[in-house]
Amino acid sequence: MGWVRKTVDSVKSLQVKQVLLRAIGLAMVFTSGLILWKALMCMTGTKSPVVVVVSGSMEPGFKRGDVLFLYKNKDPIRAGDIVVFNVKGQDVPIVHRVIEVHEQQSDGEIKLLTKGDANDMDDRFLYARGQLWLKPQHIMGRAVGLLPYVGWVTIVMTEKPVLQYILVGAVGLLFLTSKD
Amino acid sequence: MHSFGFRANAVLTFGITILALICAMASISDNFNSPRPSSEIQILNINWFQKQPHGNDEIEDFQVWDVVPICLFSPIDATAAMVSLTMNITADLQSLFTWNTKQVFVFVAAEYETPKNALNQVSLWDAIIPAKEHAKFWVQTANKYRFVDQGSNLRGKDFNLTLHWHVMPKTGKMFANKLVIPGYRLPEEYR
Repeated sequence: MGWVRKTVDSVKSLQVKQVLLRAIGLAMVFTSGLILWKALMCMTGTKSPVVVVVSGSMEPGFKRGDVLFLYKNKDPIRAGDIVVFNVKGQDVPIVHRVIEVHEQQSDGEIKLLTKGDANDMDDRFLYARGQLWLKPQHIMGRAVGLLPYVGWVTIVMTEKPVLQYILVGAVGLLFLTSKD
Repeated sequence: MHSFGFRANAVLTFGITILALICAMASISDNFNSPRPSSEIQILNINWFQKQPHGNDEIEDFQVWDVVPICLFSPIDATAAMVSLTMNITADLQSLFTWNTKQVFVFVAAEYETPKNALNQVSLWDAIIPAKEHAKFWVQTANKYRFVDQGSNLRGKDFNLTLHWHVMPKTGKMFANKLVIPGYRLPEEYR
């Protein structure tokens, strides 16, 4: 418990100027993180260049807690691509594989049907009522890379938001009370 | 500088950086693998080839699908033709596996052109290969997924069967490629 007393003492001994400088330093760290995120968004062409897998519908390839790297370019979507899309009205993105592609002669319009590897049925029941096909504009991006287990941090923090506050509070306190 | 918090921070940062570096190296090592997969697909029999009766455009309650054989319902379009065929699929995909491979997802798709659509790809069968030992296989199967097209465009249609494989690694970049086998043809008349 000695370090608790030490931390409380160091908080008490701070001066206003020091605290402000530290706070600015912290803000700079956050904004450079934001800059990095936005740069990633530009480079990969998607609104969310990194997604966490939350369902088990692509097992055993993608397990819950895996992190996927997305990429979107002008290449047309073909059968076998693993795509990430949002169903209208839901904000959890779905990561499934394209199993059917129909591309029209007249205007190049593409219709897609997806299915999770571990599911028996295709995704028609997930689409909005009356919607039979996905279009390329519904697709956020194609999955090109994978990092296992890292996503558990996000899953745990989303399911227990109190952990987010504890984490941010601890980091902030650490930064503000450092002795140099 | 020597507080518990700083030490924990330093250890964690270093550990995570090293882990990220190792994952990147594992993924880069996959590029040194030059795979030589091979495959043959034979269509043994066209089991049946039918035009579906007038179906609904809207999807009915999902529960209905569980009870009734899927081939009787065609919610796609007013007229649709459906095929059931039996295939012999032989493939040797062992050269795709590296130490960083978790599984290889393989599927067979029929590719064809119709007057309305420049390209149609319909997945007929897929499988997951979890390890190198299972990568050399021979399977005789009916198509797992419906081979159905809008309209009556499938009679006498020439189509390619493409074997696609998707290498899913333990970490890092995924690789996908395909082998196109042309020269299949559907019968001229429904049966």
